[in-house]
Amino acid sequence: MLAYIGRRALLAIFTVWAISVLSFAIIQLPPGDYVTSYIAQMASTGSVVTEQEAENLRIQYGLGQPMYVQYYKWVKLIAGGNFGMSMEWRRPVTEVIGERLSLTVVVSVAALFLTWVLALPIGIYSAVRQYSLGDYAATFVGFIGLAVPNFLLALVLLYLGFTLFNAHIGGLFSLEFQDAPWSLARVWDLLKHLPIPALILGLAGTAQQIRIMRANLLDELRKPYVVTARAKGLTETRVIVKYPVRVALNPFASTIGYTLPYIVSGSIIVSLVLGLPTVGPLLLKSLIAQDMFLAGTIVLLLGVMTVIGTLISDILLVWIDPRIRLENT
Amino acid sequence: MATKPDLALDPTSAPVHGPRAVAAAEEQRIFVASQWQLTWWRFHKHRVAVASGIVVIGFYLIVLGADFLAYADPNASEAQRSLMPPQAVHLFDGGRFRPHVYAVKGARDPLTFKRVYQADPNQKIPIRLFAEGFEYRFLGVVPTTRHLIGVDGGLDAGKTIFLLGTDLQGRDLWSRLMYGTRISLTIGLIGVSMSLVLGVVLGGFSGFYGGVADTVIQRVIEILRSIPTIPLWMGLAAALPRDWSILQIYLAITIIISLLGWTELARVVRGRFLALREEDFVVSARLVGCGQMRTIFVHMVPSFMSHIIAATTLALPAMIISETALSFLGLGLRPPAISWGVLLQQAQNVQAVALSPWLMIPAVPVIIAVMAFNFLGDGLRDAADPYGR
Repeated sequence: MLAYIGRRALLAIFTVWAISVLSFAIIQLPPGDYVTSYIAQMASTGSVVTEQEAENLRIQYGLGQPMYVQYYKWVKLIAGGNFGMSMEWRRPVTEVIGERLSLTVVVSVAALFLTWVLALPIGIYSAVRQYSLGDYAATFVGFIGLAVPNFLLALVLLYLGFTLFNAHIGGLFSLEFQDAPWSLARVWDLLKHLPIPALILGLAGTAQQIRIMRANLLDELRKPYVVTARAKGLTETRVIVKYPVRVALNPFASTIGYTLPYIVSGSIIVSLVLGLPTVGPLLLKSLIAQDMFLAGTIVLLLGVMTVIGTLISDILLVWIDPRIRLENT
Repeated sequence: MATKPDLALDPTSAPVHGPRAVAAAEEQRIFVASQWQLTWWRFHKHRVAVASGIVVIGFYLIVLGADFLAYADPNASEAQRSLMPPQAVHLFDGGRFRPHVYAVKGARDPLTFKRVYQADPNQKIPIRLFAEGFEYRFLGVVPTTRHLIGVDGGLDAGKTIFLLGTDLQGRDLWSRLMYGTRISLTIGLIGVSMSLVLGVVLGGFSGFYGGVADTVIQRVIEILRSIPTIPLWMGLAAALPRDWSILQIYLAITIIISLLGWTELARVVRGRFLALREEDFVVSARLVGCGQMRTIFVHMVPSFMSHIIAATTLALPAMIISETALSFLGLGLRPPAISWGVLLQQAQNVQAVALSPWLMIPAVPVIIAVMAFNFLGDGLRDAADPYGR
């Protein structure tokens, strides 16, 4: 079991490394180096950067040195918690990102949670009542969920909310809580706003999970041990929940690893459409303004966040599934 | 390929009649059918997939004949016709079949300064088949000015036809949608072919040789799959130089999308290689002295070609969605290029959509295309292995 977790952790470290290289590439891609664009930016707002300051910055980021040295210096700075300056906001990147990252986590986790809460009972229902009206309805909704890109879904819901109820369903906070300090009331306000973005983000995943759950459970339900359990006089609920559901749950858990990156990806665009205060809109703005330190950092942090989430799900899987535990000892 | 046994009968000319003979002939037919035939038969039974296949073919016909189906120059803007709602088509005129639209008069509301349009039922504009319009080359070869439909005197501002309304710049949405279909669907196709090359080469290498190469490639795939792709695409797409031409951007976007989309294809190819490597016919091919290339391309690849086609079809919707999403955000294709995503950009703002809901119409083909490709891919995947169950 430890060996398995160790292997996953190793892979996670490699993934983080790959993400860091890609983020670094994004920072490096635009023409000109950081300092020249920094000076240009400062000049456009009227302030002057002295030669000395420019030189210091060049040394700090190792500009002019080979790429791998620059990369190394950048990683070293990041390890120390220094993500560089955001050119557009002229504040440290960490300050600009602020609580947006945690809100991204909140939205993503809520979507993942909702995926499970919805997919589990619906999947079980669809399998137990195969070919019933409810099963067909679930399948239909599932196909819609898979086929409609989530940002379009967000757009349609926003439009419907606007025309039918004259309500703005976007955002994560009501107006009065937007810039308020954290309090219980603000948390409650957040919770009230969370379901719609979570539903939009989670729908595609839910659709997929329902299909997986249904197929797995159908396979299990046909096995002789289910008949035995039933013959022994167990109640129907017990027959289903006690064994087949637990077995069918398994691949269900193992797909989190693929669902999470998908949700995080989707949250970027959906946030833009719904106007959520996550890192999504910030990323787009920074990319358009070529504020590459901010953009690169966001890509990096999103990636790392996803990797951590995936690692947690891997560990969960080991905990749920004894076969993996035994296989790798 | 083994020679067909002489027993092979054409079932349609079977001399014996009766249910038994038919059943026997049917069995005979299945025994001697080639793999492709079996696959086709199995696919044929999947009705939704067949219907989706027809939809997909329809989409690609639009790609070919976009300029023929469009009736207005997609980039001709006219401030006088900004945000005009779709004009309803009336099929009958006084009991006779004569499709026409009413002329529309635009005026500015003195209170809100919004342009309002009023249809005039007395002024009927007949819709003509094969009407004259802007000049283009049909299928890129034949220069012509004929379009499928249109109205006489297309330049007269009072005589217009806007089946799906116009956008903010007064450009005809229907015509733009036709051109957008062309770009959105070809970008998916080109992207998927690039992914296919990467997937087949890397997946094949991984599956055929195994060992260290396999481990490394599998880990790379796992890493790529655990990275959230959209932020990455956005970053890469935003770094494209602003002064690039439409074609350069188009190609660059395609490459970006395909670079991250090959993993699933590689997984399928690897799986097939692993499954086939120890099959009798592959071993015997090797034993009779076939070279490695011959073993792979003459014996192995044809037997899982259908799987590759299915996986490719299933990979297409993701490509289409990615392009649409990137362009929607303003990071993908940029105007004057037209794609579904570029068209949807005008629908980004809720207020705009609430006032002119027809701006959301480009979402419809996206959804239909994605669904059609998914169903088609599902059907193909089920049919890909005609020997199972």
